[in-house]
Amino acid sequence: MSALLLRDLRLAFRAGGGFGLGLAFFLIVTVMVPFSVGPNSATLAVIAPGVLWLGALLACLLSLDRLLALDWEDGSLDLLATAPLPLEAVLSVKSLAHWLTTGLPLVLAAPVLGVLLNLPAGGYLWITLSLLIGTPALSVIGTFGAALTVGLKRGGLLLSLLVMPLYVPTLIFGAEAARRGAAGMAVETPLLMLGGITLGAIALLPFASAAVLRVNLR
Amino acid sequence: MSIWEYANPKKFLHTSERVLPSLWVASAALIVGGLIWGFFFTPDDYRQGSTVKIIYLHVPAALMAINAWFMMLLASLIWVIRRHHVSALAAKAAAPVGIIMTLIALITGAIWGQPMWGTWWAWDPRLTSFLVLFLFYLGYIALWEAIDNPDTAADLTSILCLVGSVFAVLSRYAVNFWNQGLHQGASLSLDKEENVADVFAFPLYTCMAGFILFFIALVLYRTGTEIRARRMKALIARERMSDA
Repeated sequence: MSALLLRDLRLAFRAGGGFGLGLAFFLIVTVMVPFSVGPNSATLAVIAPGVLWLGALLACLLSLDRLLALDWEDGSLDLLATAPLPLEAVLSVKSLAHWLTTGLPLVLAAPVLGVLLNLPAGGYLWITLSLLIGTPALSVIGTFGAALTVGLKRGGLLLSLLVMPLYVPTLIFGAEAARRGAAGMAVETPLLMLGGITLGAIALLPFASAAVLRVNLR
Repeated sequence: MSIWEYANPKKFLHTSERVLPSLWVASAALIVGGLIWGFFFTPDDYRQGSTVKIIYLHVPAALMAINAWFMMLLASLIWVIRRHHVSALAAKAAAPVGIIMTLIALITGAIWGQPMWGTWWAWDPRLTSFLVLFLFYLGYIALWEAIDNPDTAADLTSILCLVGSVFAVLSRYAVNFWNQGLHQGASLSLDKEENVADVFAFPLYTCMAGFILFFIALVLYRTGTEIRARRMKALIARERMSDA
């Protein structure tokens, strides 16, 4: 399992792996927001937590089609499926690699981008914490979507259409926690719910993803 | 007689063709009767005036929008567990009906909300959950359309339906948590003191029964169409084989 994780990480970091693209996308989205809603700092402060969450979600979403498609094209996915490692474990490792290369950088970048959006001082801790708890769920749910659409030629748009509704609860609780934190309110409940969704998704969704991938590899 | 017999498409077509005419007639009679009863023979509500009458379309459509998804969930489960081919096709046939019901509920709700709440749309939990349900239907139908192999498509969509159901329920609770709403609570429950008044409730029940039968008839009809379309594909493929 660690060999697979190292392989995926190496592939992502080296040339052509697209590491950092998600991060760059996150930056661009955040920079575009003041252009579209105006430079008024009071307005920006209100929407900052939501914008950061939405930007992180979109950046995650855009990197999903690379998650399995490259391995599918060069045939290594078939080899992984016939390996002694269960497919559920393979997909969990792939989600983890995706989170380490996409989710974690987003978490670390969010407070920096928060400065651009005039995030209130109390919000930095909570936006980072809520993203840290929530982004693993985004990766795991995204792996399910990627497994669903892996065999399709133009799967990209369909992937977004399928995964976005599944992201709704994560986004609601995550952004709610960040928003409440920024406004100085109690954040325990949404954070706990967010943690519940993440843990539940990590525990259960790999089975669904593996079932779907087996159908696609048939 | 068990539903497993109807895994045989011929048997399914035979039975559904026999019950369909009476289903069409019964559903049309109930809907038309319920609407006429509701529109012309019930008093105006003392606060809402005649706008209350849109309830006879809004509530049955909302009822079927949710139950169509439940039916798809059941049919998907049956397909995954028993490889019941007609069941997979029934789930496929129900999805477009369900999405249209969701749209009707959303649109009639907007038309009703405008005079009553003073707004076409509010991010109220019920309204929001229906919009999310609409998105789920959209993804489900898009996935069916995207895949050529019918068995693969049936497998993938049924797993999507199962996972989607869990997330739809989660979204429902998340949305409830996220915003308190304008929409009234449940008022057709059997165990509550305060419900919709009987004058409005009876035509409403008639319309709901009509919508349920209409939904069943549509699903049976569309499933038959799917079976025939598949048979046609097989025939064309066979023809090509013999030509070559």
